[in-house]
Amino acid sequence: MMFLNTQRAGLVKDAFVYGADSIILDLEDAVAENQKDSARFSLFHTLKSGLYDGTECFVRINGTDTRYWREDIRAAVAGNCDGIRVPKCETASDIHLVEDEIAKAETEFGIAPGSTLIMAAIESPRGVINALELASCTPRLMGIALGAGDYIRTLHAKMTEGAEAMLLARAQIVLAARAADVMCFDAVHTDIDDEEGLVRQTTLIRNMGFDGKSIISPKQIAAVHRIFTPEQAEIVKAERLISTYMDNKRTGVGVFTVDGQMVDVAMLEGAQRTLRLAKASGAYKGDME
Amino acid sequence: MNLHHTAVAGTLESSDVLVTVSPGESGIVLSLQSTVIREFGRQIEQTVRRVLEKHEVTDCEITLVDHGAIDCTLEARVECAIFRAADREDRLPWR
Repeated sequence: MMFLNTQRAGLVKDAFVYGADSIILDLEDAVAENQKDSARFSLFHTLKSGLYDGTECFVRINGTDTRYWREDIRAAVAGNCDGIRVPKCETASDIHLVEDEIAKAETEFGIAPGSTLIMAAIESPRGVINALELASCTPRLMGIALGAGDYIRTLHAKMTEGAEAMLLARAQIVLAARAADVMCFDAVHTDIDDEEGLVRQTTLIRNMGFDGKSIISPKQIAAVHRIFTPEQAEIVKAERLISTYMDNKRTGVGVFTVDGQMVDVAMLEGAQRTLRLAKASGAYKGDME
Repeated sequence: MNLHHTAVAGTLESSDVLVTVSPGESGIVLSLQSTVIREFGRQIEQTVRRVLEKHEVTDCEITLVDHGAIDCTLEARVECAIFRAADREDRLPWR
C-alpha cells in the first residue's frame, strides 16, 4: 500500500503505473496545513479522472480532532474511493464517528450504502491495547494498520535497526486481525535508500502473519512484492500437501506424511492460502485450490 | 458563485499549474501561459471555462501559468482558486 501526497501534482499524475497493490491518497501528514483544501480538490478530481481505475484507492483523512476530516470524507466518498484510512484510532467510537459520516456521504452522493470500506490506523499504546475492539467494531472495517512514527513517540521508545520497540504492537495487531478476521498491514520503512533494512523488516512481519506493508516510494514496491510472493518451492510443497491430503481423505486417513513431515488438516488451510497468494501475485498458474 | 477577493492555487512545479483568480465585472478574462500552449492551449482554455461555468462564475479575471498539468490537476487548481476566492471551504458541491 503506497502512500501518495495528494497535493503534489507531479506524483498524482502517474503513481498508478508502478504497480502497487493499493494507493493511499494522503490528505493528512504529507499535506501542509494551508494546502488541505487544495489537496482535497486534487483528490476528488484524481479519483473522478479514471486514471486510477483498476487500482485500489484508499484515502487517509485528517484526524477526527481536526476541522478537516468531515469534508475529507465527503470529497473521498463523492470521488468513489474504495476506502477511508482513519488515523490515530484508539477506540471503537473513533471508528463509529467516521462510519456515520461515510454513511451520510454515501447517501448524499449516490454511492452504494456500505461500499466504502474502513482501515483503522493504530498509532498509540491505547490503540494497540484496544486493537481487537477496533478490528471488530464494524463490518466496513477491512483491516488494521500500524503507524510507527506516532506509536514510537507516544510509547517514549526509540526506533532502532531491529525495531524492537515495535515487536509487541506488531504481535498484538496480528493477533487482533486474525481474531477479528480482518487484514493487517505493517508500518512504513522511512529510509527509502535502505533496501537491506526494508527487506529485513518486511521478511519479519511477513513471517509474523501480516498481510502487507505500507510503503512511501515506488522504489520499495519490488522488495515487498518479492517477499510476500510465495517462492516456487513453497508453491510446489503446498500443491503436494493439498494433493496428498485429498488422496488420503478419500481413503479415510487424516494424518499422513509429506517429505517426511507430519501433515494433518490444520496445515491444509496454510497450503491453500499459499496457492491463493501465489495465484494473486501471478506466481502460480495452476488450478489447484 | 460570487468571488470576494483574489485567490491563488497550485504551484510552479512541473506537472502543475498556478492559478490566480480575481473578481471581475465584464465576463471571463482569461490569460494563459503554458509550456504546451501550441499543443493544448485550446483544450486548457475549454477546461477552465467549463469549470467556471459549472460553478456559475460569470465575471472574473483568471491567470494560469501552466507547466504541463493534466486535466484533473487543472480542474482541481481552478476549483480550489475560485472556492478560496469565494471564502468557501466546507459543504462543497462535489460533482
